[in-house]
Amino acid sequence: MAEVKLFGMWASPFSHTVELALKLKGVQYHYIEEDLSNKSPLLLEYNPVHKKIPVLVHNEKPIAESLVILEYIDETWQNNPLLPKDPYDRAIARFWAKFFHEQILPTALKTIAAEGKEQEQIIEQVYQKLNFLENELNGKDFFGGGSIGYLDIVVFFIARAFQVNQEVTQVELISKEKLPAICKWIEKLLKIDVVNECIPPREKHIAFIRAHLEAAKSSSN
Amino acid sequence: MARTELKLLGAWPSPYVMRPRIALNIKSVDYEFLQETFGSKSQLLLESNPVHKKIPVLIHKGKPICESLIIVEYIDETWSSGPSILPSDPYDRAIAKFWGAYVDEKWFPNLRILSTAEGEAKDQVIGTIVEGLDLLEDAFVKISKGKTFFGGGQIGYLDIAFGCYLGWLRASEKMSEVKLLDEAKTPGLAKWADTFSSHPAVKDVMPEVDKLVEYGKSLVAKYRAAKAASS
Repeated sequence: MAEVKLFGMWASPFSHTVELALKLKGVQYHYIEEDLSNKSPLLLEYNPVHKKIPVLVHNEKPIAESLVILEYIDETWQNNPLLPKDPYDRAIARFWAKFFHEQILPTALKTIAAEGKEQEQIIEQVYQKLNFLENELNGKDFFGGGSIGYLDIVVFFIARAFQVNQEVTQVELISKEKLPAICKWIEKLLKIDVVNECIPPREKHIAFIRAHLEAAKSSSN
Repeated sequence: MARTELKLLGAWPSPYVMRPRIALNIKSVDYEFLQETFGSKSQLLLESNPVHKKIPVLIHKGKPICESLIIVEYIDETWSSGPSILPSDPYDRAIAKFWGAYVDEKWFPNLRILSTAEGEAKDQVIGTIVEGLDLLEDAFVKISKGKTFFGGGQIGYLDIAFGCYLGWLRASEKMSEVKLLDEAKTPGLAKWADTFSSHPAVKDVMPEVDKLVEYGKSLVAKYRAAKAASS
């Protein structure tokens, strides 16, 4: 019996992304919660290069990096394909996933430490970048078309985290007026049971973000 | 394949541009290479990569594909009857992609830092580069399983991903007067580097080290001038 283990962290969107992929494929897996302030010897053994979650372990073989894990899952369990079939469509999905991780997320994180006019400018930069994805959705139900696909899974949990962050920081990165398609798409995904199973309880998530921000502020004083 | 159906926008010093060129060579696919001039971006580039405005861009039947490793995968999937670039086993593919991401995100940026580093900072970044090469040596031994390339008997995805940096690695050694790829410390990589560089699919698209040194020195001079002007 093939064994699948996932080393994750309850508040990490990268961890949620992998969980959703496994659930959409109906893969049974054993979830191991990591305390990131005290990483397990097993995690360090499975991901010695980055020492990070998520790590998927399949038949004792570890795979790290969420986008790499997603493609591995898609290739290994071929039901409910996540990536499109056509090579050009696949290239486009991969392009936007990379853009989201390498451009949108780091810029969004900069809003935390920034203040005043500088923060406003960074928020505008995030909007400009998110607008590409707004146009990419362009009347479709999901980035994947009629059903959830690779890009939906990659973007959703981080986009949702931006919204939850707003409760604590008052920084709005995804406004209904400016990014209506993305807002509608988030609402649509929140109504899907299997997606909801991967999201942490809202109050717990807010408390976690608040504690993290206070710790970051006090350490910089 | 009519040449007009396939165009590659690029520039000779770019390691990223080498990647799709090697991939197309492996597949024996003909294409039109459009060289971007320094200091200005062509209208075609700005139109086909509006998000990043960067090379390489592959334009196939009018449709642009961007990001070098994404282009390599596209080439492998589109010309599927030619020699395979990615391994066939999902786990081996994952390992190749993991290390491809590693060289891009963690390892190569240090070469850039080295070019303008001095004193203690220079020693530190050299240490980081060498540590990375140690990791890559281990990876090479595990992945190649005694064969010539990361891809086994043939050049594969990870050979292309990492090998494209060899020109700049050698240029950095000359510019900073330091040995980085040391056959005493990383014998597997040292041998692989020579074999990779002289491979028929690679040698004509690998820029000459002396030309890279000349170009690199001009970039460093520009950086230093800009820094002096702003201080």
